[in-house]
Amino acid sequence: MSLVGARERRVRTGGIELCVAELGDERQPTVVLVHGYPDSKEVWSEVAVRLADRFHVVLYDVRGHGRSTAPRPLRGGFTLEKLTDDFLAVIDAVSPGEPVHLVGHDWGSVQSWEFATVARTEGRIASFTSMSGPSLDHFGHWIKTRVRRPTPRRIGQLLGQGAKSWYVYMLHTPVLPELAWRGPLGKRWPGILQRLEKVPADGYPTASLPSDAAHGAWLYRDNVRSRLGRPREDAYAHAPVQLITPLGDAFLSERLYDELEKWAPNAVRRTLPAKHWIPRTRPDQLAAWIAEFVTANEGRENGVPANGPVATGRYAERFGGQLVLVTGAGSGIGRATAFAFAEAGARVVAVDRDAEAAARTAEMSRLIGAPDAWAETADVSDEQAMEKLAGRVAAEYGVVDVLVNNAGIGLSGSFLDTTAEDWRKVLDVNLWGVIHGCRLFGKQMAERGQGGHIVNIASAAAYMPSKALPAYSTSKAAVLMLSECLRAELAGRDIGVSAICPGIVNTNITSTARFAGVDAAEEQRRQKRSARLYGLRNYPPEKVAEAILRAVVRDEAVVPVTPEARGARLLHRFAPGALRAIARAEPPL
Amino acid sequence: MTTVTAEGLSAELRGFKEVQRLAYACAEAVAAQLKPGVTEREAARMQRVWLRERGVRDWFHLPFAWFGDRTAFAGFRIPLQFFPTDRALEPGMPFILDMAPVHRGFTADIGYSGSLGPNPVQDRLLADLEAHRELILREVRERRPLREIYEDVDRLMVRQGCANRHRAYPFGVIAHKVDRVRERPWSPSLFGFGVQALKGLASDVLHGHREGWSPLWSPYAFSDHPPRPGLWAVEPHLGFRGTGAKFEELLVVTDSRDPEQSAFWLDDDLPHVRRWAEDK
Repeated sequence: MSLVGARERRVRTGGIELCVAELGDERQPTVVLVHGYPDSKEVWSEVAVRLADRFHVVLYDVRGHGRSTAPRPLRGGFTLEKLTDDFLAVIDAVSPGEPVHLVGHDWGSVQSWEFATVARTEGRIASFTSMSGPSLDHFGHWIKTRVRRPTPRRIGQLLGQGAKSWYVYMLHTPVLPELAWRGPLGKRWPGILQRLEKVPADGYPTASLPSDAAHGAWLYRDNVRSRLGRPREDAYAHAPVQLITPLGDAFLSERLYDELEKWAPNAVRRTLPAKHWIPRTRPDQLAAWIAEFVTANEGRENGVPANGPVATGRYAERFGGQLVLVTGAGSGIGRATAFAFAEAGARVVAVDRDAEAAARTAEMSRLIGAPDAWAETADVSDEQAMEKLAGRVAAEYGVVDVLVNNAGIGLSGSFLDTTAEDWRKVLDVNLWGVIHGCRLFGKQMAERGQGGHIVNIASAAAYMPSKALPAYSTSKAAVLMLSECLRAELAGRDIGVSAICPGIVNTNITSTARFAGVDAAEEQRRQKRSARLYGLRNYPPEKVAEAILRAVVRDEAVVPVTPEARGARLLHRFAPGALRAIARAEPPL
Repeated sequence: MTTVTAEGLSAELRGFKEVQRLAYACAEAVAAQLKPGVTEREAARMQRVWLRERGVRDWFHLPFAWFGDRTAFAGFRIPLQFFPTDRALEPGMPFILDMAPVHRGFTADIGYSGSLGPNPVQDRLLADLEAHRELILREVRERRPLREIYEDVDRLMVRQGCANRHRAYPFGVIAHKVDRVRERPWSPSLFGFGVQALKGLASDVLHGHREGWSPLWSPYAFSDHPPRPGLWAVEPHLGFRGTGAKFEELLVVTDSRDPEQSAFWLDDDLPHVRRWAEDK
């Protein structure tokens, strides 16, 4: 695991020598990446290469790690003051005139908080992106407020974080951690990371791991007790802060950042459904967020960051900058979903067979917060068109983070009246459309290996038999089962799959629905009549869209939307006979 | 009741046109004075004072002002929510001013949409309203039942990706008839509506009920009749995720056989129409 094309230099400071690597054009803004524990600068290799085309990327091994030398003696050699000396020495060497953009992960972030809050670095840091590493001072205050004014919730938070910090206590025992790291733990660690943290097996951690981890124990011993006991009162950030929180972090609770506003007002918050080692598992997303934040703060004057379109949605932390593709985005639930993601700051690809409608969705999406939105024309039932679409999307916009297979058509009429052609049509769109979407875009997601989410719009009809909708219900039941199977298969790759089962939602599905077994005039009458009934029910597609975003955030498997859909699901489980009786009723058309 | 016939309607119409222009002038004057911190109540009062100073004594309804997401009637459940609140205007916020003054016995009912500083979403909605103005006139000239026109407007809104917000008005009306109002020394109002105008509307409802038409242009069965000659205050109102835009102006419907004369907008020189022309 080496950094391809990196220029290396050694920086001497305070009796030690730091190994510094640089990538990219030195005239570009400098981004300094600081690694955590037990890591070396190579933890950033994937992120660094993704940033190197736009920025001057600088990485260094923290003292005692990688190919930097360790202080003698170790005790007292890892204090935050000394780490700040190192940081200043590095940036003075690589970017003497210009302030740098700081990015820290884990202990890299802990020490970067120190850099970003002490007076002697003021003016040298243009922005700070923190991930999985709180300021020890903030942490100290966080504990103090909870101990001093304990409420049940605060005690719960304390205990929760206390349990997650077990390794910190272990590292405070003398000698044992060193023995473990230099012995069996050091050997097993890469396997543990792969198994528990889902870190890809690509040659990281490096061979220096045992000594990194042994030296790094002093990071904890030299700082944790002293800082948590007597946290600084003036630990205010003097640079704009972006906070990236992995939601599945086994070592840090999200709650740690509840009071961050006090120390870093206007911090940009991002969340990521991932575990602790995001520089290894989510390099694309990190590179995108770092690049966006750095660029925004390069353009700022007088301390006011330059703002693009502002995402105001509830889930903006989670979806900001993500690529979302919605099929059937020209109307109804699809369009509302595209808008909801746009409001959350996602980049949106609106796919519909109606080019004009898709273009309209894309245009409106840009107006309400999508940094970018594109319209694509494709018929989801057309295999070749979908393959072309998948190729185009991957080449031009990137790998989709959230896929919403929404496109569908309605077909009503008794089974005996439904022709083979009717069947083919409804299955082609409702089932094959979803299959093509999952197959093509799901494959891209899986190959990228950085997670993602697939949402399939099934229907309450998927579990609610009805003599009026045999073909439609069959297609949707298939979508539901497909989603469940796919969820099982893709769980290992961090790709969530959700099936949404809306009931009666006021969209134009009724006015395009086919009614089998009746003539054109009667079909039109029924379309009108059902459109009117759906209008009376008047459940807005926006609420379904909201449920979709929530389902992605919470990674829910099956989500019935509307009271009738939830009611039917309950009946389906506990009183299927009642549901079967209802299925025999004549629809009021 | 005014029966508008093809002949000799010009004097009558001139009166309506004057008061409509007056109302739009008021809207533009008040809109120009809006600044951050002004509340809906203050904006409504500014309209009232401006029109009172120019001789308005009676109202079809008192001036309304909606700011921010209230322009899209977000979360409106009861009609009282239409009344101006203490919501203060902020930079970038959309606003709508809606007033219906009666001047020398002629009624106007207008709606004016704008924003404090640029608001691209509302600009888009305002541009989208042009198609609705054309659609309504075309279909009224075709003498299509009002209910069907209403549904066509709905469909166009759905295609545009917007929500129908006039549905929030009483009876979900997209338009209602207005008429001359007798000038009285005392002109009280009831729940924001002028009593004289309400009386006129009530008598229309009664007559219409007997004859099978309604002065309220709604999505319901009682609007399932061809356009009724007279003056209609038409107010399509688009909403899109917390931003709303509308225009409201008088549409003249006559009993003429000539399609051009059978229906026309009372005035084509209004702020929103000028704006569309400028954008081209």
